[in-house]
This record gives sequence, C-alpha cells and structure tokens, in this order.
Amino acid sequence: MFSTALTDLWYGFGVALEPHNVMWCFIGVFVGNMVGVLPGMGPLATISILLPLTFGIKPVGAILMLAGVFYGAQYGGAICSILLNLPCHPPHAVTCLDGFPLTKKGRGGAALGITVISSFVGASWGITEMIFLSPILVVVALKFGPAEICSLMLLGLLAGSTLARGSPLKGVAMTVLGLLIGIVGSDIETGTPRFTFGIPNLFDGVEIVALALGLFGIAEFMKSVNQLSEVDTKYTNVKFKDLRPTREEFRRAIPAMFRGTIIGSLCALIPGTGPTIASFISYATEKKISKTPELFGTGMIEGVACPEASTHSSVQGDFIPTMSLGIPGDAVMALILGALMIQGIVPGPQLITEHPDIFWGLIASFWIGNIILVVLNVPMIGLWVKLLTIPYKYLYPSAMFFVAIGVYSTNNDMFQVGEVVVIGIVGYLLMLLDFHPAPVLLGFVLGPRFEENFRRAMLISRGDVLVFIKHPISGVFIGLCVLLIVLQIYWRLRSPKSLPTEMPLGTDHKVPAAAE
Amino acid sequence: MFRTLVKKRDFYAGGLMTLLGAAVTLDSSTYTLGTLTHMGPGMFPLMLGVVLTFIGVLILGTAAATPLSDDEHIMPKQREWRGWACILAGPIFFIVLGEFFGLVPATFSCVFVSALGDRTSTLKDSAILAAGVTFFGVLLFSYVLKIPFPMFRLGH
Repeated sequence: MFSTALTDLWYGFGVALEPHNVMWCFIGVFVGNMVGVLPGMGPLATISILLPLTFGIKPVGAILMLAGVFYGAQYGGAICSILLNLPCHPPHAVTCLDGFPLTKKGRGGAALGITVISSFVGASWGITEMIFLSPILVVVALKFGPAEICSLMLLGLLAGSTLARGSPLKGVAMTVLGLLIGIVGSDIETGTPRFTFGIPNLFDGVEIVALALGLFGIAEFMKSVNQLSEVDTKYTNVKFKDLRPTREEFRRAIPAMFRGTIIGSLCALIPGTGPTIASFISYATEKKISKTPELFGTGMIEGVACPEASTHSSVQGDFIPTMSLGIPGDAVMALILGALMIQGIVPGPQLITEHPDIFWGLIASFWIGNIILVVLNVPMIGLWVKLLTIPYKYLYPSAMFFVAIGVYSTNNDMFQVGEVVVIGIVGYLLMLLDFHPAPVLLGFVLGPRFEENFRRAMLISRGDVLVFIKHPISGVFIGLCVLLIVLQIYWRLRSPKSLPTEMPLGTDHKVPAAAE
Repeated sequence: MFRTLVKKRDFYAGGLMTLLGAAVTLDSSTYTLGTLTHMGPGMFPLMLGVVLTFIGVLILGTAAATPLSDDEHIMPKQREWRGWACILAGPIFFIVLGEFFGLVPATFSCVFVSALGDRTSTLKDSAILAAGVTFFGVLLFSYVLKIPFPMFRLGH
C-alpha cells in the first residue's frame, strides 16, 4: 500500500509540476499570503471572490489555486499577529500572546523566522499524513451504503457545528439553516420547485458563490467598516537578516515545533476542530509542560513555534476528510468542495480513483506551494510588512466590486447580485444575534447529497428508520453523534461559561476577527 | 421577568429560529409528503423545519435560564448607518447602472459609493480609488476573462 502511495505521489508531482499548474499554485499562495497579511481580509472572503474566476480554468488548476489561498493565508496571518498584535486571523490569535512581546524585545524577526520553519515542518507532516491515511479511508468508505454515508454526514455536520466557535445550539441552528438553503430550487426526483417563492431565477437553487460572498463578503464588511483602527507601524521594520534565530532560540523551538505538529495532526482528524482549536490546545499544552509556565506571555519562543506548527499541520490535515470522504470539516473546505462540484466533479471516496490527477496533484502542490511560501516569506519579508499598512478603507470598496462582478459572472445574471445583497443583510443580522455564519455553508454544501442518500436509504430499508442503527458501521457513527451531544450538554452543565473553545484571549474588541 | 427577557440577544435569536422553523414546517406540508419509503419533496424540509423549531425553542429556553449580563447589547455600540448604507448601496448601484449603462459606470459607482462608507473618506479619495479599480477591473474582466458585459450601453 505504501509503495503504491509513493508511485501515486510521483505521478502527482508530474501533474503539479506542469507549468500552468505551478503558475496557478503560485498565484494561489501569493494571493493567500497577501490577504493573510492584510488586516480585515480573510481566506474565506478571498476564496469566495476567486471562485467565480476559476470557472474558466481546468479543475486541477482551480483547486490548486483555491487550496493555495487557504494555506498561504496561514503564513501571512502569523506576520500580522507577531508584528502588530492583531489577531485578525483566528488560528493565529494565540501567536500574539508571545509573538508580540518578542517583537517588543526586538526579536520579532527571529519569531517570524521560527514561524516559517515551524509552519513548514507542520505542513510537511500534515501532507504526509494525508498521503498515507487517505487511501486507507477510501478503501473503507467505498464499502459504505446510503445509510452509512448519511450517518457519516450527520456526524460531520454535528461536529462541524458544535465544536467550532460559539454556542453549539446556535451552530446547529445555522447548519439546519444551511441545509434549508440547500433545498431551495427544484427537487431532484420530482422536479417540484421548493421554497422558490415563485421566482424563476431560484429554480436552480441558491448559487454557492452568492451565499459565500453574502456571508463572508458583504456581511463581514458591514461588521468591519470603520471598526479597524489605524495600524501601528512602530515595530514593523523587519529585514531579511533579522529573521535568523539564535542557536538558543532554535534549541528551544524545535521540540515545541514537533509537539505542535502532533497535536495539529490529531485535531485535523476530528471534523470540526480546525486550525483554530488546534492552535489553542497546543499553546495550552506547551504552557502546561513547560518548566517555566509563568514566563509564557512575556515572549517565549516556544509559544510561537508550537501553535504555528499545529495550525499548519491541521490546515493540511483538514483536506483528508474533504478529499477522501467528501465531508468538509469547516467552511473553507466546504467552499473548496463547492468549487469541485461546480467543475462537475462528484466529491466522495471515488474521487481518488476517478480523478487521480486532482487528488495527487493537489497533494504534490501542497509541497510545492509550501516551498514557494518559504521562499516568498524569507527574502521578501519587507514587502509583506509594507502591505500591512494598506488601509481598510481602500480594501473593502475594491472587494465590493469583485463581489458584484464575481457573482454576476457565475450566470451572467443581475438577479444574483441582488441575491448577494439580501444574503449579506441576513448574514449581518445573524451575526448581530451572535450566530456564526460558517456552518451555514457546511449545511448548504452537504444538504442535497444528504437528502438524496437519506431518501435512498429509506427506500432500500422500506421505510424502516432503525436502519441507521441496525447497520453496524452506521450505528457507530450514530453512537458518536449521541456521544457528542451528551458531552456538549455535560460541558454546559458543569461549567456554563468556559467551554474549551472559548479561551480567554485578551482580544482587542476594536479588531473584529475575519472569518476563518 | 418578561422585561429582562426582551433585552436578551438570545431571546431574539431563539425567537427568529422558532419562527423560521415554524414557517418552514407549515410551508413544506403544502408539498407532497409521501411515505417514509417513497419520500415526497415535502418530507425532508418538514423534518428540518421541526428540528429548527425545536432548536429555536431550546435557544429561547437558555435565554430565559441565564441571567442578563450587563454588557448585553444587540446592536453594536457604534451604529454605522453610513457605512452599512453605503456598502449595501454599492451593489445596488452596480445592478441599476450595469443594467442600463454598462460595466464601466456600474464599476465606478459601486466602488465610489461603497468607499464613502468609511468615515474618513473624501469625495476625491473615493473617486480616485473608483477610477483605479474601474481601469484594472475592466481590463481584467472585459479583456482577459471576456465576460459578456458591454463596457458602455444605453437603455436596456
């Protein structure tokens, strides 16, 4: 099995090294790194904006680019956290705690250097995990019938909505809302139009681009307008030669880096616990096992290396369930899956055999992309630091144009632009009521497949609802769902306020965190 | 009791979800439900509607059970009416001017109007930004990506 994985990987490098694919990968990571640095722009908004531009290019190139934006943004986000103390990208919020004190001590450059190394180590491990784990998962998943697929999706949706940030109940509510939005349009089997309010433009359903741009574009801009304070550039004068850590810093960072990598890769395997949670857990662990826990928060290099490594290992690991099972763990993965579906590719365990160029090409491109990112970040650090100072008041109006034209170009239909405005208003109202919009996308992407498999499972079992428990594999998934709900209730009752995901952060409320 | 309840954010959050769930439940019963073996188009939405109503009631329940905290506020402390209006007006200008006058006026007005949403922006700043975005945007979308959207047109 390992040797076939390696020959497949070799083939993947062949795909990823084709000149145009290298170009898409480069554009992806470059844009990703850029938006990661820019305060107020997140990878979600960027991927949604780029999504309509990928319709014209081949599926492999499109996926390489969109995935590149996601992991490229993680490199950029760290710069923002360490030099400016702005936790504008949730996975890097903990990096501020020790990264910014290091900057104040004049070791910000070294912290960035360590970050780049940790990121590369973490990412490499995450990719290796994907290479060997995905084929095994696929072998198992190909045996699944509709009942198993259904239960697995239920588990994915439940984990994705309850383990992410905020109240689990509200997360589930948003997932159900997403499933409902996924229903809008003609029913697959009978053709009956559902929830279309008689508008013919809605018969094909809500466009994923309109939904994503409304929720993560317009609603986010409404939240952030006039809220971002002027960036303090006092510490941002970092040069290439400052990046070199001392021998002592290096010695302390290396074990932390490996611990972070392991934690991140474990978190990646649980759907719903993306990079943000991985970085929180790894920072807490690092602090717990340190001989000098009281020094954390004053500029410990371990406090930078560990969460950064775990973020990157988890970011790459996030692709495992998405690509091998077709079950996305968070909104970014849901968008990437949506991009695949727009290209006419059915996600699921058959993806590796039917489209090996996409799967193995993507894995190979991760390595190429990460190497490009190291090269981009080390000598060109001065450029990224300059980007930090671009004010938000120039950013969001330009982004508004891309939102409008992007959503128009999906169907060349002005109706969609109106749709994005309505979704934006609804999204902002939901945010005011403390709902996180990310699970909506999760439900939306999985919804139609969930309904289809549910109907099929009921047809095969002749209307017996207990089929989900009677099949052993499906029963295990349902059991895990119940366990998840029971655990959530238990955590609530034991300590109503301090859920493990809501750790004290000391976040400056003036800086709204961009969606992951 | 009720007076403190209406100050809570979760009261509105739960209420909204309950109402939405109830509306979905009612509306989906107008489609064919079918049987469990042969599900009609109404069955799955009906189930989701019931689940959403239930969750809405649970959120309402937690709102009633938790004490009101001091900094509970539903609207943000600073109300950015100007920002909100400008951001929403941007795409609406895009639709109207795009429909009647073409891509160039649509782009310019969309960026210009959205840019005015920032409190420190001036007319001149916004116009320069809008001109720049229009130039590069039209170059990218009309010449490179070739989307079928005339740069200028009159009437529909």
